[in-house]
Amino acid sequence: MNSIKRSGPFTHSYNTVQKTMFTVLLALMPATLFNLYLFGWPAILLFCITIGACVAVEAGCLSLADRPVKQTLSDYSALLTGWLLAMSLPPWAPWWVGVLAAVFAIALAKHPFGGLGQNVFNPAMVGRTVLLVSFPVAMTAWVLPHPLFSAGAPGLVEAFAITFGGNMPDTMSSASALGYVKTELSRGIPVTQSMAQVPDLMDRMMGYRAGSLGETSAILILLGGLFLMYKRIISWHIPLSVMGSLFLIASIFNLVDPAHYASGLFHLFSGATFLGAFFIATDYVTSPVSKKGQLVFGVGCGLLIWLIRNFAGYPEGVAFAVLLMNGLSPIIDQYTRPRMFGRTSKGEPLPLSGGKL
Amino acid sequence: MKLYPIRGGIHPEYRKELASEKAIVVLPMPHSLYIPLQQHIGAPAEVLVKEGDRVKKGQMIARSQGAVSAPQHASTSGTIKAITEVPAPHPSGLPQTTIIIEADGLDEWGELPPSIEDPFVTDPAELRARVAQSGIVGMGGAAFPAAVKLGLGAQKKLDTLLLNGAECEPYLTCDDRLMREYADEIIDGARIMARALGTPRIVIGIEENKPQAAEIMTRAAAAFPMIEVFTVPVQYPMGSERHLVQAITGLETPARKLTADLGIVVHNVATTRAVHHAVRFGRPLLARVVTVSGAAIRTPNNILTPIGARVTDLIDFCGGFVARPESIVNGGPMMGQPLSSLEAPVVKGTSGILALTAEEINDKPTSPCIRCGTCVTICPCGLSPLDMAAFIKKDKLDVSAKLGVMDCVSCGSCSWACPSHIPLVHYFNYAKGVLRDLDAETRKSDRIKSLAEVRTIRLEKAAEAKRAALAARKPAAQSATAEEKVSA
Amino acid sequence: MFVAIGSLTVMGVVLGGLLGAAARFLAVEENPLEEELKELLPGSQCGQCGFVGCSQYAAALAKGEADITLCAPGGKAVIEVLAKKLGVKADLSGHEEKGPEHAFIVEDLCIGCTRCIRECSTDAIMGANKLMHTIIVEACHGCAKCEKVCPTDAIAMVPVKVTLANWHWQKPEVEPVAHAH
Repeated sequence: MNSIKRSGPFTHSYNTVQKTMFTVLLALMPATLFNLYLFGWPAILLFCITIGACVAVEAGCLSLADRPVKQTLSDYSALLTGWLLAMSLPPWAPWWVGVLAAVFAIALAKHPFGGLGQNVFNPAMVGRTVLLVSFPVAMTAWVLPHPLFSAGAPGLVEAFAITFGGNMPDTMSSASALGYVKTELSRGIPVTQSMAQVPDLMDRMMGYRAGSLGETSAILILLGGLFLMYKRIISWHIPLSVMGSLFLIASIFNLVDPAHYASGLFHLFSGATFLGAFFIATDYVTSPVSKKGQLVFGVGCGLLIWLIRNFAGYPEGVAFAVLLMNGLSPIIDQYTRPRMFGRTSKGEPLPLSGGKL
Repeated sequence: MKLYPIRGGIHPEYRKELASEKAIVVLPMPHSLYIPLQQHIGAPAEVLVKEGDRVKKGQMIARSQGAVSAPQHASTSGTIKAITEVPAPHPSGLPQTTIIIEADGLDEWGELPPSIEDPFVTDPAELRARVAQSGIVGMGGAAFPAAVKLGLGAQKKLDTLLLNGAECEPYLTCDDRLMREYADEIIDGARIMARALGTPRIVIGIEENKPQAAEIMTRAAAAFPMIEVFTVPVQYPMGSERHLVQAITGLETPARKLTADLGIVVHNVATTRAVHHAVRFGRPLLARVVTVSGAAIRTPNNILTPIGARVTDLIDFCGGFVARPESIVNGGPMMGQPLSSLEAPVVKGTSGILALTAEEINDKPTSPCIRCGTCVTICPCGLSPLDMAAFIKKDKLDVSAKLGVMDCVSCGSCSWACPSHIPLVHYFNYAKGVLRDLDAETRKSDRIKSLAEVRTIRLEKAAEAKRAALAARKPAAQSATAEEKVSA
Repeated sequence: MFVAIGSLTVMGVVLGGLLGAAARFLAVEENPLEEELKELLPGSQCGQCGFVGCSQYAAALAKGEADITLCAPGGKAVIEVLAKKLGVKADLSGHEEKGPEHAFIVEDLCIGCTRCIRECSTDAIMGANKLMHTIIVEACHGCAKCEKVCPTDAIAMVPVKVTLANWHWQKPEVEPVAHAH
């Protein structure tokens, strides 16, 4: 028998950090595979580069900090960050976009705060927004899907030219639906008219449209999100409150002024709403821990997404909205602590007469 | 039968099947019994015997001391071999004064108090006195003197006696077996206790994973309209007193109050059976059923064990170990305490002895908190374990106290669920210990301050008196010199 | 540019003046601090800090003339509250934490001289002239003054015993991940 250093309990669930991260990766798999197929070799190259860069930067930071590299890498958190980052970049972006984004995500947003669990802001979103602000052209060069092996799709050699040579064929570029509607609106063309030009709802749901890997296939992202809920990795609180509040506010304004404001459904199925609601905003580290706090956080995200999409300079606001709410998470946590057993929400013991629930 | 939800909770692997179908067996009387003076919450008992004395089974060998205390009795006949310090069944392994009886093998009963013929017309005070005299303490694990709890009826208006048969701890099956095999005795004990408490109603709460126990108890209770049997959902920690009360009545016990303030007194089913023996047959609490289980034990069992048998006696009886045990646990795996020695005795509060393999314990190195919030969601007390632990880690115990660490019942749910294997409950146990120490220290330093003040005042008064005496002499001396001058 | 320099200068002068005025007219009397510090000290007037009593030590602390680590009976806990109150960093490096202690009289050596009784500031020693003395542990706060005056070295300082009643878990040792396998 060992000398006693640990109090109980003497049994433990089989839940581990590694398993949690792995399940999230598994949930992302269908959407990822489908989108890699849609956008072909350049997307596959960029995907591998981004993830590789994230893992490499994480390893570098860990060894600089004198922390065990191999064991920490095996928690899969860097892999997941890289994966989500890759899913939020334009699929045909050049290699350095992926590498730079990885450096910002891991070396700037994660490790200076103390590594896994300590960062305030979602690393993948920091990587994406820094790049978006610094290199707006490269970061908004969307292409229409060119499925692998289809006519006109770049082969492996052309893909290398696109990713490493920066030879993006001009004819292939396209605007995302959100970007298109916003540009048209700025030219004085009402939303009701420009809407006719964007891919219809069905295409947007399936993913057959321009956008980043994670933006296109709402259905497959939803599938992954439901899988995570089934596995109890995430709860309904954040996804539902993000999408619900976005849908609600968009619908209200759409009813009042359809010429200026797109419909709730349009907002729901455009851009990274689904990816954001199920995979980005639900990031454990950067979202509140209590269910009440998660609802507040989600509603905040939803409203900010709508505000940014409508009134800010950028057509898409998921990343900004999530980052802004990330900053509020600690304070939300502080004000949404659960009520202690036998105490009022202020922490005073319950009155005896008021014991009945 | 309406039930109310309780907050949070977990569903650990119960592993009760290891012992649940094993009928209660009697442990052969060991050669020596080790009976500690303190097996309960409160003051230790005072020794009544000396080395070399002959004692008989059931004879009181140490009497209760103070309002909250319990006596100890000889679990068998024999000779007092020694009264000495022996490691306690406690994680510290610290010694405690223990009476060692060498059994003579005759198991000869001593003189017992008479049976109380009809307890239901007997004065409640007499019933309580009998329970106190019989050394009965809460046998669910807390070991609070049962008579003190039965005395609550005299102070508060009570309406319900709640029998706790939830047995929500994994592995443990001793209460399950008792309910299946001795339902009538438990029911009789419960009716006696209701009489002592003055409660018109008895409710028995049994978790759904013990359908046979629930059925047998329902049948045994059928003759008494005052008794209701509730099956409650399987949700750890359903057996926590306050949570069981909430599940059955919907009442939430306010912090720093007792369930008795809501009119409900909770007793464990094993305690109830002990009361039956004490009142009907005058027999003190001499033995209890202990579940010996875990994957490292050859044949898990439910064993009727005399108080004072050593853990090693139980393990030998079960055929010893089949695998190297990583930990020996006194109690259930969630709230039980690790044992540092197999020589420690079984006491009145020992519900189980578990020999667990590393695989069962599934302990892993701690990794950083990923703020998944599971601990917040499952905490049955509505606390934020991750925040409290973070503050304790940084030695900010005062902040953890504000966050409610003293309200933590150490049920272990958060530690169990934590994907990062952070020893949350250990942090809270440590913080509670230090905060209690600080509290005691503050009280002591307050007392010392007043003692010092008393002394200062006393010294000042003495000095004052001295000065006054001196002053009284001085004028006399001065006038004397004046007279001399005048005369000169 | 001149506008900017000018306006900043004016702002600087005005705000600086306000701060200066506030410091002069709204200054808080410093005396309450002494009283508050005295409250934090054990109050047993043992004098081990080198001052006559707790009030004198508190006064010196308030003036910033004494180190916060001088109170022996108070131990680490008192150093920490003093540091917090005074807003200084507690330097515990030179302070070895012995844990709480109390006096213990070796009765075989005691000659009953009563010197310790006269010295004890909390009346924690019982006994009379020519009779053995004993310590009332509950009233002893371990100032060790009695130990110093005992002519026969019959008094020893012993740590407060860890018992089943006051034992508690130590802070968990969280092994670094490096050791994991």
